[in-house]
Amino acid sequence: MKISYFYSTPIGKKIVMAVTGIILFIFVLFHMLGNLIIYSGPERYNGYAEHLRKLGEPFLGENQFLWIARTVLLIALILHIHSAWAVSKTSWDARKKPYHVYSPVQLDYAARTMKIGGVIILLFVIYHLAHFTFGFSWAHPNFIKGDVYHNVVVGFSVWWVSAIYIVAQLALAMHLYHGLWSLFQTIGITANKKRDWRRNFAILFALLIAIGNISIPISVLLGIVK
Amino acid sequence: MKLKLKIWRQKNSSSPGQFVDYTVDNISPDMSFLEMLDVLNERLIEEGKDPVAFDHDCREGICGTCGMMINGVAHGPLPGTTTCQLHMRHFKDGDTIVIEPFRADTFPVIKDLIVNRNAFDRIIKAGGYISVNTGSAPEANSTRVAKSIADTAFEAAACIGCGACVAQCPNASASLFVAAKIAHLNILPHGQPERRQRTIQMINQMIEEGFGSCSNFRECEAVCPKEISVDFIAFLNKEFIKSIWK
Ligand code: HEM
Ligand code: SF4
Ligand code: FES
Repeated sequence: MKISYFYSTPIGKKIVMAVTGIILFIFVLFHMLGNLIIYSGPERYNGYAEHLRKLGEPFLGENQFLWIARTVLLIALILHIHSAWAVSKTSWDARKKPYHVYSPVQLDYAARTMKIGGVIILLFVIYHLAHFTFGFSWAHPNFIKGDVYHNVVVGFSVWWVSAIYIVAQLALAMHLYHGLWSLFQTIGITANKKRDWRRNFAILFALLIAIGNISIPISVLLGIVK
Repeated sequence: MKLKLKIWRQKNSSSPGQFVDYTVDNISPDMSFLEMLDVLNERLIEEGKDPVAFDHDCREGICGTCGMMINGVAHGPLPGTTTCQLHMRHFKDGDTIVIEPFRADTFPVIKDLIVNRNAFDRIIKAGGYISVNTGSAPEANSTRVAKSIADTAFEAAACIGCGACVAQCPNASASLFVAAKIAHLNILPHGQPERRQRTIQMINQMIEEGFGSCSNFRECEAVCPKEISVDFIAFLNKEFIKSIWK
């Protein structure tokens, strides 16, 4: 089987990691843009949440679009994590005796922290779902199903909850700084080394996503959104 | 120049090995790094001690035999240079230099600073033959190659198989070496008939040897004495997809 051979190789796994990374990136981008609607008030924002449930009608029933999107994202996330785990294991096994003195020449912090950064993002995603999607009582003090605006404002009013979100967004920005550059390498798209548009692309979207997302808890804490 | 050296000494592949401190004096800045080690070894031999074993052959930067970790960098601090072409003027009087063998499970230490790089030879062997007529010299213009393609193939063909890319890579990945070897033949007309089979076979051998995966850290290109670009790794990934599905 071509697919199973492909995925059995580290290169195949990296390509799966890149493609699922693109899917997750597109989601994160639109998720951020959608949430900026919070700045136009509770009616618009809650209306947007409602709109997502109805997206695709009349071809799709209520909530069907959401469930398709969730399924695709869940599969992408599982594949992304599995391939990341598997190639990391291959690499750890390739040098079991480390150097006593090792000085990297151009290895950057973001590239080196992809694995731990990924784990932080995963833990955050679980917390985030418990907090705003399921509204478990241990995660959210006063969750009202359907009143997304209320849930966000109340949720972020707790300073350390906001702090968790901000730290997670910084971790995501780091992950994207390397990931959005690296994926082009992985799928075979090169650029002029001196004016590398892939690097600019990665910086632009890593910053855009982090700043857009971080602005919301900050605005709640500052009383701009209330 | 007077230098302190911390050199990894290891009797054979099964002994644990440890660092041993040495000092060398009267080192000329015009000596190469290997000549500096020669000075040390002459003294060790006179003292009836075991000289430091290291690999070398051409000492001209073209054969790929030499190589060691110098202060934690494969082939030392000078970019685009093999250990034999690194000169002592790039160090300061009184410096301490830590010298360790290339480390990867695929490159077991044989003795001191010498490692076994047969895994590279097996990857080359897995690549197989190319279909060209042998016997008389071919007619010069029978296979034409565009200048830009010839140049790119030459950049890849410059790989001397030293293994610095593996040694420097935090993942001990051989991606740059394999990419250079595959690109060198895959972009030339002579390499077309066996293009797909060569790509798959060399990649399979690379996996079987146990080299790590590429995380696009770019450490390999930073230490490659032939300054081979990671662009070739992107090319390798593309060739892999094409070899399976086209
Ligand atoms: C919003 C979520 C995420 C996005 C948008 C994302 C995006 C990406 C992208 C684009 C890449 C680059 C792929 C390549 O090099 O070709 C990548 C690599 C990676 N991701 Fe993620 N990722 C996310 C979540 C995660 C999670 C939850 C984990 C682990 C638990 C993870 C672990 C990794 C690792 C370890 C790598 C690099 C491995 C390597 O280069 O060898 N990521 N990610
Ligand atoms: S790619 Fe460069 S560093 Fe790697 S083996 Fe070839 S010449 Fe040495
Ligand atoms: S001894 Fe030949 S390249 Fe250094």
